[in-house]
Amino acid sequence: MTWDLRGRTAIVGAATAHLGTAPGYSHMEIAAAAARAALADAGLTVKDVDGLFAVSMHSVFPALTYAEYLGIQPRFSEATIVGGSSAVIQMLHAALALENGQCDVALIVYGSNQRSASGKLHSPSGAENLPYEKPYRLRSPIAGYAMSAARHVHDYGTTREQLAEVAVAARLWAAMNPEAFMRDPLTAADVLGSRMVCDPLTVRDCCLVTDGGGAVVMTRADRARDLKKDPVYLLGCAGGHTHRQYSMMPTLTTTAAVQSGRAAFAMAGLTPADVDVVQVYDAFTINAVMLLEDLGFCPKGEGGAFVGDGRLRPGGALPFNTYGGGLSCTHPGMLGIFTTIEAVRQLRGECGERQVAGATVGLAHGNGGMFAHESTALLGTAATL
Amino acid sequence: MSEQGPDATYFAYLAAKDWRIPKCRGCGAHVFQPRIMCPSCGGEAFDWVAPSGRGVVHSTTVVRRRPADGGDYNVALIDLAEGVRMMSRIEGVEPADVAIGMPVTARLADQDGDTIVVFDPAEGGR
Repeated sequence: MTWDLRGRTAIVGAATAHLGTAPGYSHMEIAAAAARAALADAGLTVKDVDGLFAVSMHSVFPALTYAEYLGIQPRFSEATIVGGSSAVIQMLHAALALENGQCDVALIVYGSNQRSASGKLHSPSGAENLPYEKPYRLRSPIAGYAMSAARHVHDYGTTREQLAEVAVAARLWAAMNPEAFMRDPLTAADVLGSRMVCDPLTVRDCCLVTDGGGAVVMTRADRARDLKKDPVYLLGCAGGHTHRQYSMMPTLTTTAAVQSGRAAFAMAGLTPADVDVVQVYDAFTINAVMLLEDLGFCPKGEGGAFVGDGRLRPGGALPFNTYGGGLSCTHPGMLGIFTTIEAVRQLRGECGERQVAGATVGLAHGNGGMFAHESTALLGTAATL
Repeated sequence: MSEQGPDATYFAYLAAKDWRIPKCRGCGAHVFQPRIMCPSCGGEAFDWVAPSGRGVVHSTTVVRRRPADGGDYNVALIDLAEGVRMMSRIEGVEPADVAIGMPVTARLADQDGDTIVVFDPAEGGR
């Protein structure tokens, strides 16, 4: 099935800003720095932006906040808040708005100073009253992911060593990425022996807490070809969600990535075998296992063995989170935009030492809440059109 | 307790030390968390019934915490015999000894002045 949106829009600019620690900078300054850099990457300026797709953990009104800060009055704005999945599904929303003529230059932007501001995951949703869960002091979000991991171990025999391999592979990629926050060698024994946070997940099964911003600029394909860099085309994009509260997750070991992946691959006319680089939101090591299953890279229940054989490492069969991911590169609260940025960089051949040779199809996958919202994007070079 | 929404009804029962959940008059499904519409059939009429208190641990974790901060504690999801799942914790056993599949029994407990539902390992279970 070929849908109209395949290849109709493209990413023309992508950039990060202030990854790691940015003491003295506000989330708006970090987001704006990323926006400025992504627009410069495209050969555009902030004055060209007439569609704004904002996401933030620091503002109740991210579109209003960022537009005001950037000094723009966009024709089309939205601020979908589905957690760390937001910036990936916003590519679909941007493509729809671009195709419909609601805007001509779409900016997706995110920024956070959570590490410098508080040292922990900043979550405005903490203010939301969840009376059926609150008395039990769920440590959010890790306790939810831990219970999915525990259930995966119980149902499928997944081992802590297999989970640890996800973190080890991420660190090997991060070692080749100058932007990565943690680049020191990491072994499985280090992961298993580090402080337990929520069984069976140790602190090294968990993503980092950093500052940082990211931005992506999209236009229709015809305009994209006249801009500064080779366009990276949006071939497919879809989302889905199953719950808000973790206790309402229908099946703890299966996510809406089944739905988002199937729909995104159908839109793109591709299968997992066609993907050269995979960038999946690795909030915790269990994410890689479950989401690779749900996206169709391996059957349900086999994710542990699938990731456990070194396949995700540099030189392995499935180049995965080639920037080091949330586990070793950066995690300023919501990783979605960074999965896209790395996919774009790989497809442009900009990744230096960690470049996957000849990559033409990339997958970016966002995950929000506690396995609540999933969004999948398939990106490709001109050769894939 | 009819002149209020199902959330307030649930917590009013609990405050009276009476744990009840809605059961749909249309399709007979127990509904948790309480809603104004049955997610199975769309029914809008419910009987508030006392659950049997029997359940099974669906998943569990130990939230690790420094002893000075109160020490480790359990968080679990419980599948009730009535066919619904809820978050709670298992008491009366070390947090790390709570296991998936463990039969448990509900008990009302006081926490900071609120009545909450917690679970203990079932008598004679496993």
